[in-house]
Amino acid sequence: MSHTPSDFDIELRMLVEAVYLKFNYDFRDYTGASQKRRVLVAMREMECKTVSELQSRVLHEPNGFAKLLQYLTIPVTEMFRDPEYFQVVREQVAPFLKTYPSLKIWVAGCSTGEEVYSLAILLKEEGLLERSIIYATDINPKSLETARRGVYPIDRMRLYTENYQKSGGKAAFSDYYTAAYGGALFERSLIENVTFADHSLATDTVFSETHFVSCRNVLIYFNRTLQDRVFGLFHESLCHRGFLGLGSKESIDFSSYAERFEPLARRERVFRKAAP
Amino acid sequence: MSLNQQVAAALGTRRIEMVLIGGSAGGVDALLGLLPALQPGYTPAVVCILHVPGDRESRLAELFDARVMLSVREARDKEPIEPGIVYFAGSGYHLSVEQDRSFSLSCEAPVQFARPSIDILMESAASVYGPAMAGILLTGANFDGAEGICSIREHGGLTIVQDPEEAHASTMPKEAIRRCAPHLVLPLADIRAALPLLETP
Repeated sequence: MSHTPSDFDIELRMLVEAVYLKFNYDFRDYTGASQKRRVLVAMREMECKTVSELQSRVLHEPNGFAKLLQYLTIPVTEMFRDPEYFQVVREQVAPFLKTYPSLKIWVAGCSTGEEVYSLAILLKEEGLLERSIIYATDINPKSLETARRGVYPIDRMRLYTENYQKSGGKAAFSDYYTAAYGGALFERSLIENVTFADHSLATDTVFSETHFVSCRNVLIYFNRTLQDRVFGLFHESLCHRGFLGLGSKESIDFSSYAERFEPLARRERVFRKAAP
Repeated sequence: MSLNQQVAAALGTRRIEMVLIGGSAGGVDALLGLLPALQPGYTPAVVCILHVPGDRESRLAELFDARVMLSVREARDKEPIEPGIVYFAGSGYHLSVEQDRSFSLSCEAPVQFARPSIDILMESAASVYGPAMAGILLTGANFDGAEGICSIREHGGLTIVQDPEEAHASTMPKEAIRRCAPHLVLPLADIRAALPLLETP
């Protein structure tokens, strides 16, 4: 099917190319439709009439790219999002994890950190937190900063408490935070063994062997080529029979790695690296 | 002019490869009135999107699978769009159509309080399918879908809106009619009769 790109599409490709060349952030294999919408939002908010104008500001203005990056990445997340996922991790993954003397867990595309704290709480309740090292990675430094601070809006706590309880939480959720800095500050001990790091699934390589990779609602923003690259990274990083958790509507079926992972809980999107 | 003539005139030289149907309040019943009209062998892909509460798993595909002769399933991320399949947008995520004619999902903020958003799906499909698609907007109590119908029309697609007079909720079809004159404004029974006519030999 031949497709004549619109002026917008042409300019968008040039913007993405420019961002890659100048800042080494690779958005070239991001899903088109959603990226297009996000650039439109950036244009509106940054008051640019065309993508070319946006590109010029990104290249020539200090902080231009830092601003654009906030639109290109999507920090939409919550604690214990999809409680049934965390229930499966607790009931079906944790028992396996308990058999290892030390654990490495990778939260890939951790955004503003809600999932990192959720997993840390779960690991603590399962008696695994002390022997775990968690790598929490993202490409957005601002999101990582928010994740490190661990302060979330107090008005979200009701939803998070509900999610936590549905996921099989064993304590009172309010035990894990105190009201501070105009929000809910999560217990610092939860992230004692967490390394927050800048890592790009599009351009960087594997940095460690891991037992469990949780990467949720990140892959939907990637096209199939980039999805394949990322499944490749996870496959390489995961130990023999390691675990992989995805977002509730993400699928491995259309990837060339479909056969190399087997479902542990298909509905909740928890997979295991298949035996070689 | 008979309905057949009206539809033929509106279709012109278009060859429809996707029929996209959106609705909100009252949409399930409206679709139950429409989709059973589709016969096996229907060639366009049929994509349906209804607003459903985001906090629970949508069961629409299952509900309709038992009542529709074509194969029905929820549209999955990166799934290639195939002819003759009825796809439903799942809850909690926006659904888009990509240039390579596959679906993609995203968690961007709700649009017009809706996720999935009819506007997002229609706008993305319009830019890919152009004149090779038909957009149908049914009953609904908000404005989502009005922009989408305009976008389909701008890209050369065929646009059909349910007659607000008989729609369970008239806001959505009314707004679409106000913003861009759709090719056809029809009662549900006529949309049902028009569906098989959208398939050109």
